[in-house]
Amino acid sequence: MTMPLSEAGLAVEQHWRELASRRRLYTAGGLFFLFIALSGSLWFANDSNAGKFFDRLPHFFDFVDQMIPRDVFDIWRAMFDLPSPYADGSLKFDYPEGRMYLFGSFYLPEYVYKMLETINIALVSTLIGFAFGFLLCFLAASNLVTQRWLRFFVRRFLEILRAFPEIVIAGFFLAVLSMGAIPAIIAVSLHTIGALGKMFFEVVENADMKADEGLRAVGGNWPERVWFGIVPQVMPNFLSYALLRLEINVRASTIIGAVGGGGIGEVLRLSISRNHEAKTIAIIILLFCTIVAVDQFSAWLRKRLVGEQAFAFGRGD
Amino acid sequence: MTTLSLTQMQAISERHPDVFAGSWRKTLTGWAVGLGLVAYLAFAWWFFAVGAVLAGGNWGIAGTYLADWVSYEVRPQIDFKDDRLDISYPRFSAYRADRHPQWLKFEPPSATASAASANKASASRVTVEIDGSDRIEVTPTGVVVTNGGETLDIAIVPAKSITVAGELPTWATQKKPGEKITVDFGFAGSAQIDADDVNVRHRFFGWENFFFDGHSPYWGKSTGEILALVFSGERIDPKMSNAALAWDNIVNNSEWQHGDVWIKMLQTIVMAFVGTLFASLLAFPLAFLAARNITQNRLVNQVAKRFFDFLRSVDMLIWALFFTRAFGPGPIAGISAIFFTDTGTFGKLYSEALENIDDKQREGMRSVGASPVSVQRYGVVPQVLPVLISQSLYFWESNTRSATIIGAVGAGGIGLKLWEAMRTNSDWENVAYMVLLILVVVFIFDNISTTLRQRLIGNKASH
Repeated sequence: MTMPLSEAGLAVEQHWRELASRRRLYTAGGLFFLFIALSGSLWFANDSNAGKFFDRLPHFFDFVDQMIPRDVFDIWRAMFDLPSPYADGSLKFDYPEGRMYLFGSFYLPEYVYKMLETINIALVSTLIGFAFGFLLCFLAASNLVTQRWLRFFVRRFLEILRAFPEIVIAGFFLAVLSMGAIPAIIAVSLHTIGALGKMFFEVVENADMKADEGLRAVGGNWPERVWFGIVPQVMPNFLSYALLRLEINVRASTIIGAVGGGGIGEVLRLSISRNHEAKTIAIIILLFCTIVAVDQFSAWLRKRLVGEQAFAFGRGD
Repeated sequence: MTTLSLTQMQAISERHPDVFAGSWRKTLTGWAVGLGLVAYLAFAWWFFAVGAVLAGGNWGIAGTYLADWVSYEVRPQIDFKDDRLDISYPRFSAYRADRHPQWLKFEPPSATASAASANKASASRVTVEIDGSDRIEVTPTGVVVTNGGETLDIAIVPAKSITVAGELPTWATQKKPGEKITVDFGFAGSAQIDADDVNVRHRFFGWENFFFDGHSPYWGKSTGEILALVFSGERIDPKMSNAALAWDNIVNNSEWQHGDVWIKMLQTIVMAFVGTLFASLLAFPLAFLAARNITQNRLVNQVAKRFFDFLRSVDMLIWALFFTRAFGPGPIAGISAIFFTDTGTFGKLYSEALENIDDKQREGMRSVGASPVSVQRYGVVPQVLPVLISQSLYFWESNTRSATIIGAVGAGGIGLKLWEAMRTNSDWENVAYMVLLILVVVFIFDNISTTLRQRLIGNKASH
């Protein structure tokens, strides 16, 4: 079956071989570089860690061991603030202490209350971020604003808000306002304005301009064109990005909470560092269920709003 | 262009009432959503006690903190003694009894005056020049403050009394006669004058002692002098060259801790890099198990997918706290946290990418009788690899930011250092420095990752 190649065919094959070998060389070089960077990084990470990886590894499950409560139902009691049979007056088993009485003998368990606080932080920040992102995004869209300087200014402003570490804003307001949820709200909101503003103006730039043209033809001014021509088209996408952001913000406000911003993050950090195993596991279960529920709810609502459209890589910051 | 008359418009709106009236349901929904939002925000205002917290905030100090980001204060203290004045500086200041700033001038004490302690300089008259003609002149019997052309004359009997001649100008405050007087020079600083001492706070723009601290022989020298010393001067320290000494002094600068900050920054970068890389490497084979069109077993698909969901939904914070306990504070904890969370994220994204591939290539491979591994290698991987790498690169950049935050709970890197600098409330210029460093690093990585992604999958990578 094999036929000898013609001279031209041989030249083509020769060229293909050269290309393939160069390509292989690049791949090998890239992998080699990656390998060197990885080994260097691993050595550096291990060297500058408090405990060395291989020294700590055999003891890894000691810690897991310490995380197991005396009996499984203690997790239940910790979660719903029921008295524990092991109560000895220490902080470890003082489950009923944290009850939040609403009226009469009806109470919210401490961790459910804290979880609600975290969710509210995320919700308020997302609303604030949505409102300001909404107002700013039209000023940054090149199809609506002809003044370059204005677009440039708004875009840089959004970029700074997005890139500025949340933890620094939180830290600054913690110093001014003392511990509590408000610094967390401010930090997460500012970041959300930047992140949503960027997403929003990209949506606006992809909007169909025919409606806008029609409004311009009948003499609509700028706010009218935006409100009646652009907003109805982009609103479903805006809302679904905001829902995506809500998922991220629940996580973000948990983390900010752990450094003093209140909510579930703070109690989680405290109970892990104090070795309160039943409390820790109760909080982790609560947090896990909440995050799953929020994710599922937002995915369902997003699907209703914009159909099966996929979103940029799930995180969007 | 024809213009409709008013009657024509009315005629049109009468013929099509449904178009112009809008549906009741829509109007009602709009109002309900609006009212709901207002009610929710009112609830949140009450729930978080926003009014009380904002009113109770220490807003006066917020201005000082913000000013500290870009400026610094030098705080000489002048003590009144019976026959002389003692000048001293805070403990960690670069100024000492034998080294004074140029704007502080003093005349030596009289020959009969008693001697001061070793860490203080004594004088018979001190002049602190604040700004132009604004100045504070201190003698053992009184203080004269000049500010904006006005003069305030204060008579002092050391450790006993403080009396003002005439009215206090607007820029000076005294709560009660005989108590300390505060004079305000705006941004340039302030001074507290008491019967015992005068505390001056003189503020300057910029970052103090950014390269060399007060212990360095290079301190207070101009760039030209330093360069001359580094390249051609006599050895200051016989053990090392001047260039090595300069580098050593910069890295070990006690106020800015450049060496430590850089190491911590590198830790953050390493955390993001290694965590993302390992997560990609583990998620890659697992995603083949989770993809419905590649592994035909529904049970395996579901198990793999739920596993990814679990890793993703246990928050990065929980993993970070968990591994900080297991490995001790440091970058290994951070790497592990990013690795666990992102294995879940990548697994989900990768398996979705695998489920969206074009089946023709696989069919082609199968039709020529390739082994199952070869089918994946030549029929699937070439289609998805650019997308997968591009997603990993995107997360690499985003993880550099996350690594900063989880660092603050003990997972290593610059986050913890940043958090410590903020908690002391006095090192806001160090916070500014680290934030700037983070922004620069994130900016660089953002650009690297965008460039690589654009080369991989063309201009589609706009996110």
